[in-house]
Amino acid sequence: MENLVEIKDVHFYRGATPIYKGVNLRVPKGKITAVMGPSGCGKTTMLRLIGGQLKPRSGSVQFAGEEIPGLSRQRLYDVRKRMSMLFQSGALFTDMTVAENVAFPIQEHTKLSQELIDTIVKMKLQAVGLRGAGQLMPSELSGGMARRAALARAIALDPELIMYDEPFTGQDPISMGMIVKLIRSLNETLGLTSIVVSHDIHETMGIADHVVIVANMQVVAEGSPEELMNHDSALVQQFLKGEPDGPVPFHYQAPDYLDDLMARKA
Amino acid sequence: MDKLAKLGRSSLDIFSGMGAALIMLLQSIIGKPQPAKSFPLFLRQMYVVGVQSMLIIIISGMFIGMVLGLQGYTILVDFGAEQALGPMVALSLLRELGPVVTALLFAGRAGSALTAEIGLMRATEQLSSLEMMAVDPLRRVVAPRFWAGFVSMPMLALMFTAVGIIGGYWVGVQWLGVDDGAFWSVMQASVDWRADVMNGVIKSLVFAFVVTWIALYKGYTAEPTSAGISAATTSTVVTGSLAVLGLDFVLTAIMFS
Repeated sequence: MENLVEIKDVHFYRGATPIYKGVNLRVPKGKITAVMGPSGCGKTTMLRLIGGQLKPRSGSVQFAGEEIPGLSRQRLYDVRKRMSMLFQSGALFTDMTVAENVAFPIQEHTKLSQELIDTIVKMKLQAVGLRGAGQLMPSELSGGMARRAALARAIALDPELIMYDEPFTGQDPISMGMIVKLIRSLNETLGLTSIVVSHDIHETMGIADHVVIVANMQVVAEGSPEELMNHDSALVQQFLKGEPDGPVPFHYQAPDYLDDLMARKA
Repeated sequence: MDKLAKLGRSSLDIFSGMGAALIMLLQSIIGKPQPAKSFPLFLRQMYVVGVQSMLIIIISGMFIGMVLGLQGYTILVDFGAEQALGPMVALSLLRELGPVVTALLFAGRAGSALTAEIGLMRATEQLSSLEMMAVDPLRRVVAPRFWAGFVSMPMLALMFTAVGIIGGYWVGVQWLGVDDGAFWSVMQASVDWRADVMNGVIKSLVFAFVVTWIALYKGYTAEPTSAGISAATTSTVVTGSLAVLGLDFVLTAIMFS
């Protein structure tokens, strides 16, 4: 199976703190790949490495055969026109209407007439169910609508890859259902490749073709949702079943409880 | 030795910060000109940074001119030199108060707003989103704001000075009875176009450059939290104001000594 993104033996540090130590990841073309893992394990960092916003200390990050960390600024910008990212906050421009937000990347990167751009914007907004909200400002949207509007902007230039950063966080069940449906349907109808970073197991496992679990600075398991549900790793089972204690301990590292209490009394 | 190491560390931090600020500015303003895209953005920022600062500048200029008229009259009248009120008011405003007070007010009003706006754009991932859309946030967000600040502040300083002179005229001539003709004619004879007016404009350009640069850098590098943006905004006003006052001394020493 052809891979659109390939990450090989990547080491990444924030200051002196290691985030990844030799991580490997492949994202099959045309599929939905879910990247899951406990909070703070570096899932968003993975997306920023693929988008070239962060550079690894060592290792290879390839998108469609292009070695992202080695690209010049101009070449990186050219490559970014072929990918897009849905940020956790939506990141809509607050001084523009929804329609202007969706039109923005098209105006920046094409020489299409305004009339044609308006038509494309209506089509993109129709795809996410917000054609009637084009003239609203981002402050007038609910959280779910804002994320859908941002999704319309993300698909404005028909990218090959969409990266979703925690798309389900903070959504009510109806909005969550809408976003799940949109990710699946956009991937199929537009022939995209998607990476969904999330820790909402039920929703993510329901739409993913390929699941990767990241923990302890590495990929600890990958495969189809069914394969992972039957995985023999205790860490994977703890994460997928949401168990409060296990390889990831409930208690943060601390001295012995009794000793600590007695020491305080003394 | 520990103190020496700390001093060395602080110095390195300051210089690396200045280097980063310079790189940010150069990356923002140097590049292939795209007037069709950048001019509308510049005009919009001229409105936000310049036009919306006019009210505070005009009111402040008026009061400062009135105070100068009142203070100047009470000092000069003892020497029978109240005809010198015109040049006193004009030279004080042109050489010092116009550029300096405008820059301080600009740092407080427009500078803090620029820092908060860009800091918030970073916190809400709007800058990251621009980068991922292959749009350079330095060219799109920072550059138009820089040019708007650089162009509008000297204009605001001239406005401040003009309104201040009118304020001084009202108090000195209309209220306290200084001769109308003497006020204007002595002012005209004493004020030199190059030495006074142009030097004031040059000062204002330098302050505009520094204050806008500091405001943009602080916003662009603000920690993306509410506390981080608050600290960056405060830092813009404090650093910008101190830079203006320090540079004012240096420029005055060069221009008028």
